[in-house]
Amino acid sequence: MSDNPLGFTPNEMMTIAASRALRNDDVCFVGIGAPSAACNVARLTHAPDITLIYESGTIGTAPDVLPLSIGDGELCETAVTTVAVPEMFRYWLQGGRISIGFLGAAQLDKFGNINTTVIGDYFHPKTRLPGGGGAPEIATSSKEIYITMAQTKRGMVEKIDFFTSFGHGEGGDHRRRLGIETAGPTLLITDLAIWKPDPVTKEFTVVSLHPGVTRQQVQDTCGWVVKFTEALDETPPPSELELKTLRDLQARTKAAHEGTGKAKAA
Amino acid sequence: MVKFLPLKQAVAENLNSGDTVAFEGFTHLIPTAAAHEAIRQGFRDLTLIRMTPDLIYDQMIGMGMAKKIVFSYVGNPGVGLLRRARDAIENGFPRSIEIEEHSHAGMANAYEAGAAGLPCAVFRGYRGAGLAAVNPNIKSVTCPFTGEVLAAVPSIRPDVTFIHAQKADRKGNVLVEGIIGIQKEAVLAAKRAVVTVEEVVDNFDDLHPNLTVLPRWTIAAISVVPGGSHPSYAHGYYARDNAAYLEWDEIAADREKFQAWMQANVIEKSADDFEARVEHLRKAA
Repeated sequence: MSDNPLGFTPNEMMTIAASRALRNDDVCFVGIGAPSAACNVARLTHAPDITLIYESGTIGTAPDVLPLSIGDGELCETAVTTVAVPEMFRYWLQGGRISIGFLGAAQLDKFGNINTTVIGDYFHPKTRLPGGGGAPEIATSSKEIYITMAQTKRGMVEKIDFFTSFGHGEGGDHRRRLGIETAGPTLLITDLAIWKPDPVTKEFTVVSLHPGVTRQQVQDTCGWVVKFTEALDETPPPSELELKTLRDLQARTKAAHEGTGKAKAA
Repeated sequence: MVKFLPLKQAVAENLNSGDTVAFEGFTHLIPTAAAHEAIRQGFRDLTLIRMTPDLIYDQMIGMGMAKKIVFSYVGNPGVGLLRRARDAIENGFPRSIEIEEHSHAGMANAYEAGAAGLPCAVFRGYRGAGLAAVNPNIKSVTCPFTGEVLAAVPSIRPDVTFIHAQKADRKGNVLVEGIIGIQKEAVLAAKRAVVTVEEVVDNFDDLHPNLTVLPRWTIAAISVVPGGSHPSYAHGYYARDNAAYLEWDEIAADREKFQAWMQANVIEKSADDFEARVEHLRKAA
């Protein structure tokens, strides 16, 4: 990093860049892990009224610490309301009330298709991953999809092993051809860059490099040949407030999750 | 009509080898005590249904009790993978198991259809998803009014459903609150339902009129098992034991370590041991 007086890490830059993409009036269906951190940093900084929804049925939740799972008790205690899981998926997601579905990915291709199901063949997997959970329908029923993940050659691949959730398929108008009317993946935030789909081909294209990151670094950690937009931006570095908000949130989270273990040992 | 029974007897009277069974709880109110009792009684060839199989199905699969699992997320929530389930799927150990995989929306709709007495569920789903190609139970129907092609999956109708809940009244009506997940649908979809509860109270006269209450005549048996959903949590009673979920990742990673843990913590224990496991988690609830 060339100029980094605050000493932020690539992962912190990723979470903060992702948090900036969310608006105060968004209704966001939150995936666990990196998306959950980004959504809560947004809520604690520029988007205090954002509606965060977790698939356990908690609507409008405002947790003080990041949940370990999508069904932690604090999500329910701080929510505007908690509904049953069938209602969550039928009325709220399928009903078209979600503006942003925010997903992570184990494997991603350049068209925003995601695999969290298997590495290898489905029936004889090399590694059996947890699977889709809510993601297959989040990916097609949310108005837009944001994806966030740290870049690795194993994670960002030319061809994913399984289509857990559909992005832009083979690109172009593939979603429309399958009768999917929502926009699909419109933003990818990694630890190195911000990507947006090409308006025609729908291939993810780098539009902004994080501070100090080179094109070569982005290419070296990605399994497909990376396209860069002509007018490439530099992502503004985290502000002191953004970084403090994220670090405080993570410190509270760590203390809370270790708490039960310590009590047990005592 | 509902009977209050010791858990051992409630499980013995309602579960049989070869049954299709759901132990539900969407990260909250997971019926761990009932699952452990089923493990102690050694049932075989079960078809295990659950949206999020997590630790209890990892344990039942690892003990060789499952011939098939029906699920939508086979992970350790917030931690990672389920290593006994992986060993069965990847290596056929301790036995090979059949899998039927859905999305959460598919499972939730299928339970709801089961509760509604319908043969199948219809919803907008699985578009472009690889599961539709590998699961023959994911089909489609065309809306007779609009022509829209929609996903269809068979309804879920378990022989028996086990859930954990906060409390029952003396008559046997059951209250579920907090993250209610799929508890109500899983009970109403099943031929028989067994509920473990934290406590029994005299009556529900002071409850808000719209809370989720399962009338006593929808339930076959109730067992009082304080702490019965540990290491998950019971809203208003005790917090989630996150450390136990993290520890499970190590225990389940090794076949012998797993067997030793099951012997010491399940086989040689009883439903009465759950109360002490949540003692340190009560003030955090």
